[in-house]
Amino acid sequence: MTPVLFTHLAKDLRIEWRSKDAINSMLFFALLVVVLFSISFDPRGAFAQQIAGGVLCVATMFASVSALNQAWAREIRHQVLDAQRMAPASGAQLFLAKVLANFIFVTIVQIALAPVFLVMYNLHVAGNAWLLALVLPLGTWALVANGTFFAALAIRSRNRELLLPLILFPIFLPALLGMVQATTAILTGEGDPSLWIKMLVGYDIIFTTVSLLLFEVVFHAE
Amino acid sequence: MKKAAIVLFPAVTILLMIWGYYQAIYVAPDDAMQGYIFRIIYYHVPSASVAFAFFAVSLVGSIGYLATRRSNPARAQVADAWALAGAEVGVVFNTVVLTTGPLWGRRAWGIWWTWDARLTTTLVLWLIYVSYLLLRRFAAGPQMQTLAAVLNIFGALDVPIVYMSNRWWRTQHPAPVFGGGPDSGMKDPTMVHALLWNMLAWFCWGVFVLSLRYRVERQHQKYAEIEAQEALTSAN
Repeated sequence: MTPVLFTHLAKDLRIEWRSKDAINSMLFFALLVVVLFSISFDPRGAFAQQIAGGVLCVATMFASVSALNQAWAREIRHQVLDAQRMAPASGAQLFLAKVLANFIFVTIVQIALAPVFLVMYNLHVAGNAWLLALVLPLGTWALVANGTFFAALAIRSRNRELLLPLILFPIFLPALLGMVQATTAILTGEGDPSLWIKMLVGYDIIFTTVSLLLFEVVFHAE
Repeated sequence: MKKAAIVLFPAVTILLMIWGYYQAIYVAPDDAMQGYIFRIIYYHVPSASVAFAFFAVSLVGSIGYLATRRSNPARAQVADAWALAGAEVGVVFNTVVLTTGPLWGRRAWGIWWTWDARLTTTLVLWLIYVSYLLLRRFAAGPQMQTLAAVLNIFGALDVPIVYMSNRWWRTQHPAPVFGGGPDSGMKDPTMVHALLWNMLAWFCWGVFVLSLRYRVERQHQKYAEIEAQEALTSAN
């Protein structure tokens, strides 16, 4: 990691460690979504195995949006963002540092949520459980990379909290499909998750590259 | 010459629409399996083609805007006007597709909707461009055009991925019963002719509306520029 990337990353992690805003709100929101889905869909027996993947992914999605919104808002206060733009470091490093920081936060939330999930849905993993450790990070990276980028897009609009999910979710749909299908295949043991894992890898590579290339344009948009 | 074209093109378009209507409703025969309801294809398929074509126009406009916004600002504004006009008119035609499709599907297949590759991709395309229009509405200031252009590129990148991922999803699900897609069997040449006439008619109509929207957007841009100039001079 270059020094600039490391500096940005350390800054974000340190701020989060001191305030714990994002992680607390994400954790609680994700838990609420899980409970809401359980009440709406009554997960029992085999049905719980079928929907658990989808519920986990959707809960992650809604929870991350709340964290992504305030990730950039922090930079706007006190003209920190303007200072960043004047610095000679490339914007792509700031972007990557934010993505990494948000990725760590969302992963912490997922790890904290996993035992709750296993208990509430009476889950047992019929397929290869270690693949979950591959699928969930891939899906989370897709969400966080695109989400951080679009949060930067939306930050200058007057409805920024509302706009982020509106522009993020349509573009995130194929990654959501991949994540849900792979997770369900692993949990139920039916079907082969490898196709979806490959799709997630492809999606991550394409969109991370495009985000890194276009972030400068958005960062210095005038 | 230009004035003549401005009057002639809408007139020709309206004539083509009348001719297309006549072809679709009176000349083309009923479908052997679907009967009369089949005629909605003459509105559904042309609308889809026009929508996709105009989204392509919007994408090219967005790329042009990003490429020229520093080097040639005047051309960048033209490109951005095309981007917005293409997106708006494209969304309208896409809405027509998403409305006529289920109306037809309900009668032809017995189901309003199915999550196969084509339908889902069309829906996601609609969602992406509606979100593009929302960004243009909510984002303020001069950066709005740049941000919207970037979103347009992201959206265009996403569409083939949505299509592919849905193809995979569909092959793993039991496939819904299709009564044969619209392009899988137009044996009667009168039907093909009717479809082609309607394609031409709706394309002309689409181009007419697109050019109107483009002109309106250019006027907006010019007024905004005049206002900005006045604000600058009056501030002195």
